[in-house]
Amino acid sequence: METTTSISQKLDALYEYDREPVHEKSLHGIGKFFGIYAGEHIAGTEYVIGPLFVSHGVTASDFFLGLIVGNTLAVLCWAFVTAPIAVKTRLTLYWHLRKIAGPKLTVLYSIVNAVMFCFLAGSMISVSATAIGLPFDMKMPTLTDMLPNSVEWVIVVLLVGAAVTALAILGFERISRFSSIASPWMVLVFIAGAIAVLPKLDVQSVGDLWKVANEKIWTGVPFAGQTKFTFWHVMFFAWFCNLAMHIGMADMSLLRFAKKWYYGFASSTGMFLGHFVAWISSSVLCAAAAGSVAPGPIAYMGAGIAGAVSVVIAGWTTANPTLYRAGLAFQVVTPNWKRWKVTLVAGAVTTIAAIFPAIMMKLLDFVALYGLLLMPIGAVIVADYWFLPKLGLRQEYAAHRGIGLSWPALIAWLGALAVAFATPYEIFFIALPGWFVAVLLYIVFSYIQQKYLAPEERRTL
Amino acid sequence: MKTVLGLAALISLLLTIVPSILVAMGLLSWQTHATLMTIGMITWFVTATLYPQSSKT
Repeated sequence: METTTSISQKLDALYEYDREPVHEKSLHGIGKFFGIYAGEHIAGTEYVIGPLFVSHGVTASDFFLGLIVGNTLAVLCWAFVTAPIAVKTRLTLYWHLRKIAGPKLTVLYSIVNAVMFCFLAGSMISVSATAIGLPFDMKMPTLTDMLPNSVEWVIVVLLVGAAVTALAILGFERISRFSSIASPWMVLVFIAGAIAVLPKLDVQSVGDLWKVANEKIWTGVPFAGQTKFTFWHVMFFAWFCNLAMHIGMADMSLLRFAKKWYYGFASSTGMFLGHFVAWISSSVLCAAAAGSVAPGPIAYMGAGIAGAVSVVIAGWTTANPTLYRAGLAFQVVTPNWKRWKVTLVAGAVTTIAAIFPAIMMKLLDFVALYGLLLMPIGAVIVADYWFLPKLGLRQEYAAHRGIGLSWPALIAWLGALAVAFATPYEIFFIALPGWFVAVLLYIVFSYIQQKYLAPEERRTL
Repeated sequence: MKTVLGLAALISLLLTIVPSILVAMGLLSWQTHATLMTIGMITWFVTATLYPQSSKT
């Protein structure tokens, strides 16, 4: 019990600087959010996601329609789910969740988040490694490689992982600035690479584009050993690949700086540049490379050295802050450890994960899992904010009663995941029913807690 | 200085995107396009790094 209290106190200390709601003077205009979202969603992983869709045999119409509908739904979630609560509370997810679910559950959430961050950073290290290995004629991992396929791959991943970890230990502010500088250039590299390989796909004029798209890029035929994807796969993936950020409410931490709730629509730059233009471009590059999915070689084939450098930068600039945040979160469960030591361990775990190409080749599944695990917490926040007052129940009950762990929130989290995993559907589709289950469970058990069990809880205080 | 850097940054972005269009039109070789993109990349990172930032940011 004492250990948990100590951990939550450490976590509180780490986030101390943003404990208070954002002051009005610190609010930003919408232009800043357009830039931030555009930068955040043009990452090294975009080089992998397009080819993975191609490998799963999506048709061109399913791909385009799925991306348009899915990305639009994602933007609507940021605008109508995340931003309204963010601008009303002006708090980070951490502090708002602490009031609703109590410090102990918030610690648990932070640890789960940190573990997922490590694997996400690992996939970005793998992406960078495919470009670093180019000059050494390294054997690239293929779609079916789950284990490292050469000694060179292991060495390159270890070197990239060591570099990323070292920079994360030194802090990531400068890298964040470098990342924002790189973003506009990176978008153009994606587009230029795809345009330059069009002749290889026998595109002679604009009129050929749709025909080639159907016959040579998104052919509707999955690669050997891959499952067939439909419109629904593309739509749900585009909608939920940032599930933790919008419906999961993690972007409260960002949108709390917005002057108006409708700044949530600024996420459209990230969705329609990163998750539309970049995914189309990387799909085209994959098709021109005869189905190769390794980011380094396909980017080099389209844009030469600039393409390979863009893969390294895209992977590196996104892996760094991710690893830094993971280290920050792990620090709370490693008493008396210095920040550098925790980040070093997190970096080692991340690098070991990156050695296995499975983390990159199964990125679609991993991203879906990442969002799914954190989504119920967002559902709890939404239910607490909008529905509890309408039922005559108190919001932020844990803070009100000084409860360490809100059991309605815990049941909602675990119950939603149990129901989601019990449904006989693929991982891309189970988050949506899971969200409704989480909302329902939280409301029902909050009702029981507040209407029937309140006297007992009062005695335990 | 700011204008010069801004102009150089713009040219570097044009060097990144325009050659690929010329390749697609059959007016430029892939190798020249790749070289121009590399020049564009170097110019972009130099100019964008030197470009004065707003004090607010």
